[in-house]
Amino acid sequence: MTPIHLELTQPPAVRAALQSRWPQWLAQAGLLAGFAFTIQIGLFGPAAGNANFAVIAVWIAWWTALKLVFIPFGGRAWCGLCPIPLPGEWLQRGALLGPAGRGWTLNRRWPRRLRGAWLQVGGFALIGLFSAVILTEPRVTAWVLLGLIALAMIASVVFERRAFCRYLCPIGGFTGLYARLAPLALRVKDPAVCAAHTEKVCYTGCAGGYGCPWGNFPAAVRDNAYCGLCFECLRSCPHDNLALSLRPFGRDVVARAGARLDEAWLALLMLGSVLVYTAVFLGPWGWLKTAAYSVGSPAWLGYAAGFVLINLGLLPALFGLAVRAGQALSGSRRPLRAAFAGQARSLAPLGLAAWVAFTIAFAFVKFPLVWAVFSDPLGLGWNLLGYSAAVIWPEISASSRLAQAAVLALGMFGAARVAVRTADQTREALPVIAFCLAAALALLWLLIG
Amino acid sequence: MTPAALSRSRAPGWAAWLAAAALVLVWPWPVLANTPADRLIRVEGRRFEYAPGTVAVNTGDRVTLELVAADVVHGLHLDGYDLTLTAEPGQTARLTFVADQPGAFRFRCSITCGPLHPFMVGQLTVGTNAFFWRAAGLIGLAALAAVWGPQR
Repeated sequence: MTPIHLELTQPPAVRAALQSRWPQWLAQAGLLAGFAFTIQIGLFGPAAGNANFAVIAVWIAWWTALKLVFIPFGGRAWCGLCPIPLPGEWLQRGALLGPAGRGWTLNRRWPRRLRGAWLQVGGFALIGLFSAVILTEPRVTAWVLLGLIALAMIASVVFERRAFCRYLCPIGGFTGLYARLAPLALRVKDPAVCAAHTEKVCYTGCAGGYGCPWGNFPAAVRDNAYCGLCFECLRSCPHDNLALSLRPFGRDVVARAGARLDEAWLALLMLGSVLVYTAVFLGPWGWLKTAAYSVGSPAWLGYAAGFVLINLGLLPALFGLAVRAGQALSGSRRPLRAAFAGQARSLAPLGLAAWVAFTIAFAFVKFPLVWAVFSDPLGLGWNLLGYSAAVIWPEISASSRLAQAAVLALGMFGAARVAVRTADQTREALPVIAFCLAAALALLWLLIG
Repeated sequence: MTPAALSRSRAPGWAAWLAAAALVLVWPWPVLANTPADRLIRVEGRRFEYAPGTVAVNTGDRVTLELVAADVVHGLHLDGYDLTLTAEPGQTARLTFVADQPGAFRFRCSITCGPLHPFMVGQLTVGTNAFFWRAAGLIGLAALAAVWGPQR
C-alpha cells in the first residue's frame, strides 16, 4: 500500500509564496511588534495576571495554539514564524531580508560538547521550577520574554546560524520533540539530485537563500525534530528539489535509527512536567500551589526538590526499569542505552496527548479572559470588543472531559504502537507500555478523577 | 504462514475494537440505591484553596453549599451545574441545589483574589464518577488495540 503523501508545494503559486521572503517576513515582523507590545504591557500594565494582556496572550492564547494547532498539525510551523530569534538574526546577517551585506557575528561553531538537547532539558526544568510565578506574574512573563530575546541575540552574534533555536530555546526543545508526530514535513524530493549537486548551497547559502539556519543538510533530514520550517532550502535549491508535504501522523516517531539519550530525557521531563503542572494548577491542593509560587521559601525548596526528583530521578529510573524488564522478557541483547533511547520514542505521542489534555482542562475554561484582554489590552478599562465587562465562565465540563479522555486514549494508542514498533519483539515493549499506561491513568486521575 | 503472521491474521479488526470502545463508553453503570438526603456542605475559601478541596455527595441529595471567605472576597462557580456564589471576607454565602447530575465537577473561584486565583479550584463528586472509570477503560483498551489490533 502506498503511504498517503500530498505535496503542498506542487502548485506553482504555493511554491512561489513560500520561496518569496515577504509573506514570512511580514508575519514575523508583525509578531515581533506584537511581542514588543506584550513585553511592554507585561512590564507596565495591570498587576493582576488574569487582567494583563501579556499573561493571557502568552500563556492562554499562544501556549494553547502551540499545543493544540501548531505542533500536532504543523510540527515546527511556529518556529518558522517565531519572532524571538529575529533581531539576533538581523544582526548576524547584517540584513533585514535576503542575503546581503556582512553581519555582526563571530560566526563560531557551537561547542561540540554542548550539542544535543541537554541544555534544553535544563532550560525546561528551570522554567518548571518557576512556572507558578512565570504563569501568573506579568512582569516575570515580560522578563522571561526579554531574556529569551537577549539570549537569542547573544547566540546569534557569537555563534553561526540559529544556535539559540537549535540548542537553547526550551520551547524549541518541546516543539522539536513532538514535531515528529506532525503530518507536515519539508524534505528533499530526490536524494540523488542532492548527491550529484556538488555546491550544496542549501547548507552553505547562495544569493537565493541562506544556508540552513538550523545547520541541517536537507538531504540528510529524516525527521521534523530539527527542521524549523524557515524555507531557506526551498529558496536556495537551484533544482527545486524540496517539497512541503502532508503525510500520516507520527511517521517520524516510529524510526528506531537516530534515537538519542538526550531526547529520551527530554521526553521524560516533558511527561513528568505535565503531571506536576496538572497537580499544581488543576488539583485542589492549595499548599502545593502556594509552595510552587513562594520562590525562595522553604516550601518552594521542597517543591523544587520534588520537581527535580520526580522528573530527573524517579521517572527516568522507572522507565529504565521498564526497558530493562522488557529486555529480560524478550532476551533482547540491545545495549540498555540504545533500548532506553529507542523505546523513549513511545513517550512522544503520550506526552503530546498529555499536554493537549492538560491544555483543554486548563485553558478552555479561561478562554473568555483572552477576549477580555484583547478588548482592553492596555488595562485602561476599554471595552473594544464588548467583552471586558463580563467574563462568563463557559459551560464546557462534559465536552471538555470527553475531549481529554479521547485525546489521552489516542496518545496511549500511539505510545503503545510506537513501543511495539521500536522494540525487537512485542514482548520487549510490554513493560514500557505498562509504564505509559500508568502515566496516562495518573494524568487522567488528576484531570477528571 | 508463520505463527506470528497467523496470530496477526486472527487479531480483531478495527470494527471490533471500536465496538468495544463504544461498549466501554455506554454500558449501563450500576446505580447504587440510596435515599436522597439534605446535605449541608461548608466550604472555606482562602487564598488559593478551598477547604475541604474535595466534596462528595450522593446523587439526588439536596445540597446546601455554604461558602465562607476567610481572607478576601472569593467566589465559587460550580461547573456542570452552572451555579455561582460570592462571599465577602468573614461572611457566608449559601445556595441550595439538587445534585441530580452524577459525576465529578470542578468548582473554581470566580472573583479575582490574587496571583494564583485562576488555579483556585476544588471538586464536587456526585455519586460515582463513572466517567473516570469509563475513560480509564478506554485508555486501557487503546493500549490493547495498539498491541493486538491490526498492524497496518
